[in-house]
Amino acid sequence: MSRATREAYRDSLLSLLDRNPALMCLDSDTGLFSADHAAAAGEQYLNLGIAEHNLMGIAAGMAACGRMPFVNTMAAFATSRALEPIKIDIAYNRLPVRIMATHGGLAAGHLGPTHQALEDLAVMRTLPGMTVVVPADAAATEAFVEQSLDLPGPLYVRLGRKPSPALPETAPPPVIGRAQTLRRGDDVVLACCGPYPVLACLEAADTLAGLGVEATVLNLHTLRPFDTAALVAAAGPARLVVTLEEHWRGGGLGGAVAEALAEEAPTRVLRLGVPDRFVDEVGNQEHLVAHYGLTAERLVRTVRTALDTRAVGPTALAGTAP
Amino acid sequence: MSAAQAPALDSLETVAGRIRSHVVDMCAGPEGGHLGGAFSATEVLTALYFSVMNVDPERPDDPDRDRFLLSKGHAAVALYATLAERGFLPAAELATYGRPGSRLMGHPVRAVPGVELPTGSLGHGLALACGFALAHRYAGRDARSFVLLGDGELQEGSVWEAAIAAASLGLDRLVAVVDRNGLQLTGSTERIAPMEPLADRWRAFGWSVREADGHDADGLAEHLSAAPWEPGRPSVLIARTVKGHGLPFLAGRAAGHYVTLSPRNHARATAALRTTGEAAR
Repeated sequence: MSRATREAYRDSLLSLLDRNPALMCLDSDTGLFSADHAAAAGEQYLNLGIAEHNLMGIAAGMAACGRMPFVNTMAAFATSRALEPIKIDIAYNRLPVRIMATHGGLAAGHLGPTHQALEDLAVMRTLPGMTVVVPADAAATEAFVEQSLDLPGPLYVRLGRKPSPALPETAPPPVIGRAQTLRRGDDVVLACCGPYPVLACLEAADTLAGLGVEATVLNLHTLRPFDTAALVAAAGPARLVVTLEEHWRGGGLGGAVAEALAEEAPTRVLRLGVPDRFVDEVGNQEHLVAHYGLTAERLVRTVRTALDTRAVGPTALAGTAP
Repeated sequence: MSAAQAPALDSLETVAGRIRSHVVDMCAGPEGGHLGGAFSATEVLTALYFSVMNVDPERPDDPDRDRFLLSKGHAAVALYATLAERGFLPAAELATYGRPGSRLMGHPVRAVPGVELPTGSLGHGLALACGFALAHRYAGRDARSFVLLGDGELQEGSVWEAAIAAASLGLDRLVAVVDRNGLQLTGSTERIAPMEPLADRWRAFGWSVREADGHDADGLAEHLSAAPWEPGRPSVLIARTVKGHGLPFLAGRAAGHYVTLSPRNHARATAALRTTGEAAR
């Protein structure tokens, strides 16, 4: 079933407010909360207007006085415009602010680069003490929101915009900080995060199995703290690790995987993501995901080429999909 | 007057003199410090910590305490000296300022008792203080939240984001003070990015505004103790100050922004403060 992760988050939070008077829902006029939602949340909801620095600062000040604010903005604004208050006021003080960032990756679709966030994971996972998660579907979003109530420090949650498909019901329960193994195979590891990359990896693994290549699919939904142990274990028998993410290729999931494996278990890593330039294609999220080759087909081609020939030039991976 | 307030054994002016003396000593250390802006803010800090605020060094985590943020975090030396005089940390520790192993960084850090949150990057304190004030309101606490802003700092747009929010939320337990010394790092605020008419700007943002002599600690204390001045509105006191106040060779000069005092100037400064102190008696 398709459901928007941002709506799953909203409904989940609203259901938790009653029982948790310390929770606050601080909005920056995102439109995610209707008048009815706001009324249901009562005093625990505040629309502070279009001012993201102020949003983060007020959240930090409230958290320093014992509250747990969920702040609402778009990923693009949270992690670039409001990065300094996130870094200094929230992360530096290890305050339990939950940064709920919608329109992550290419989710803003035709709204363009001003509203897309293709650097947020790289930026957020460098901040000491910050937990960074990317739920792959509505169920994972609900799970993470619930789990966040017991998380001591700050949290960044990358959410989508429009409905996205659910993971198969056989997926193990998502737990913050723990990689989710969606399929096991010894030949390659497909590492991913976010709705479309995870589904593309599952589809690619099916196709590869038909070609005699067995893949582990690892949903590394928590980029920090990073589940290096699960990655190293999965990579142990594999000849190749391929990462797929809705993010520029630098510093995000691919970066985290490459860093961890370089230090702990050197394995060949190929990183697939959005090419290193601002999006110049118009279309919705699904169109952009396909246009930039974040697809099962590209994964299969990448794996086959890499396993067939020992060396693949980096330029073959950096460009757009044909 | 709440029980937690300091007994007024010495005049505020005398306390301010001791704070300045500590600051001069710290600025004669190996790293130097933001002396000019520390001296313009000294009476404001003195009034807050020795007359206005309900704080208790024995209970720095008391949830009902008034909270203070030095949004112009570069005046850390003045805050550390004030906290030491008020009993939050040993005065002897001030000699460690800026040295390896010390808690006393060049901008306030939470490791120092009495420092609520770290500051230093300008434009952060007002939103944080709004957060304090909001949390207090939700908790039904009467505590007030004070924040000291630099006048140059007002060039940061985030200050005005928070100014809008504070007025819109009717945070009348929030009190801002602007250290209006008229100088920023390289020169006059009015030459670089004019702030006037400053009081009108704050009024237009929905704040209750007063102006006062920023070096009259008793007068400042009277104004600040009386806040909120208008129910439902946050208060801002524009404190007219002089950068480097009390040191004839630095007062009113942008060059006093960051100073490492040579032994000679350390002696000159100490002598100047002694003269001022004697004149006050």
